[in-house]
Amino acid sequence: MARIIVVTSGKGGVGKTTTSAAIAMGLAKKGHKTAVIDFDVGLRNLDLIMGCERRVVYDFVNVINGEATLRQALIKDKRCNQLFILPASQTRDKDALTQEGVGKVLDELSKEFKYIVCDSPAGIERGANLAMYFADDAFVVTNPEVSSVRDSDRMLGILASKSRRAEAGEEAINEYLLLSRYSPERVKLGEMLSVEDVQDILSLHLLGVIPESKSVLNASNSGTPVILDEESNAGQAYADVVARYLGEDVPHRFIDEEKKGLFGKIFGRK
Amino acid sequence: MLLFNQLHQLNYYQMSTDTEAPIYTKPALEFKSTSFSVPVLVIQTPELKQIKHQLEEKIAQAPDFFKNSPVLIDLQYVNDTELSFELPPLIEFLHAKKLCAVGISSGNDKQIISALDYHIPVHSIHSSLSESSQENKNLSKPVAPEVTAEKTTKNAINTVENMLVSQPVRSGQRIYAKGDLTILSHVSAGAEVMAEGNIHIYGALRGRALAGVQGNSKSRIFCSALQAELISIAGHYKTSEDFDKLEQHQPTQVFLQDQALIINTL
Repeated sequence: MARIIVVTSGKGGVGKTTTSAAIAMGLAKKGHKTAVIDFDVGLRNLDLIMGCERRVVYDFVNVINGEATLRQALIKDKRCNQLFILPASQTRDKDALTQEGVGKVLDELSKEFKYIVCDSPAGIERGANLAMYFADDAFVVTNPEVSSVRDSDRMLGILASKSRRAEAGEEAINEYLLLSRYSPERVKLGEMLSVEDVQDILSLHLLGVIPESKSVLNASNSGTPVILDEESNAGQAYADVVARYLGEDVPHRFIDEEKKGLFGKIFGRK
Repeated sequence: MLLFNQLHQLNYYQMSTDTEAPIYTKPALEFKSTSFSVPVLVIQTPELKQIKHQLEEKIAQAPDFFKNSPVLIDLQYVNDTELSFELPPLIEFLHAKKLCAVGISSGNDKQIISALDYHIPVHSIHSSLSESSQENKNLSKPVAPEVTAEKTTKNAINTVENMLVSQPVRSGQRIYAKGDLTILSHVSAGAEVMAEGNIHIYGALRGRALAGVQGNSKSRIFCSALQAELISIAGHYKTSEDFDKLEQHQPTQVFLQDQALIINTL
């Protein structure tokens, strides 16, 4: 049986798709057969971040409607043969997704894959609800600012009450916090919530802190999941996240300000 | 047998006859709410003759038990048969047999008027009452007036439903407790917790908390840190703008005194 992971946040623009791409790639690179599904029907982005936008023929909605088989729609990643992408439809909207259809696709994928990563759209409507409905684990992506934290809190409430596990009375979804776009310098200046502040409000298991980094935008532009940029802070942080999720004991990094010498201040890379 | 809150009604009844009472400096009386058990007489036939006959038999079996005993008349069964049943002859008969009718339940309009004519209180339909009448129906098939005498304490316990929540209450969630509400974690901004009784929060209260929502002004709110958006007791509320900043990060209780919300650190 596959483990179904939903990457969700409530608020838009916090890094859900970046995270989905990174952790899917990370899990695949560790040797686990992984599928990543874009639930953002109508606003499809995952294929761009994964760099496979020119290879999309069939999509998630085609599979749900029986117009294509899963095998036809899945795109195999060129960098890692354990990773497959199921893109969203750009010409449809979220109403094209049905609970039954999504359940069927996930069931079929479960037979073959070890991990299924569901990239949730923003909001708490149909697309987001269906992305999290079948989940076993939830990665809640939050930025260190109040509106994002509150939206995540709302999403956690929905995870606890409207998921399949909640409705069936099974063990609750494992919820993990992923704090992205974190800048220790700005926290020190009081411009940003600290890890402790966010933890105080959400009281969740912290899976990792992703530092604010130019490499994320560069990676998105070039269609490479940022985790493949092993030089960058963000890439390393995502690698840590995947390792922690798989049960490895990795100490947290990027929470405190880096101490830079004079040399670093002049030539330091962010 | 059923237990119900009735004493305050009886007290009120007695007091209302005494309108010219002098004003004492000490309180002369006090309203209290308590429960006690009362036999329920479930009427199962409109035939008064049959009722009289069988009731006399029952009383003959245990005359001391029934002497001056209060009794509640349940009319649901007989009214369900859609045959008309006159209440006054029954009340007169009970009175003659030294049984005190202390209330009727499930009466129709006409029966309610007759009951009030005899100064007998009218009780609204009680779920546990219909349960017990259901039990009685199963116990004795023959159509007979039935005086239930067994003591069941079961019905009394579920009148208060306290609630325990061990997870954080997230933004957008609403929780309603019929009794007291205890939360072992925090209440997020944008969440709403309500209770007819007290609210205890062993964590920070950042959302809204409303205690005594059915008007119980004695209910209180307790929390480990008061950063609430709104607090309310029995409809008296304050928003975060009105709180004293100093109290925010300390264990706090909120209660109502002379129509004013008092916020105290513990």
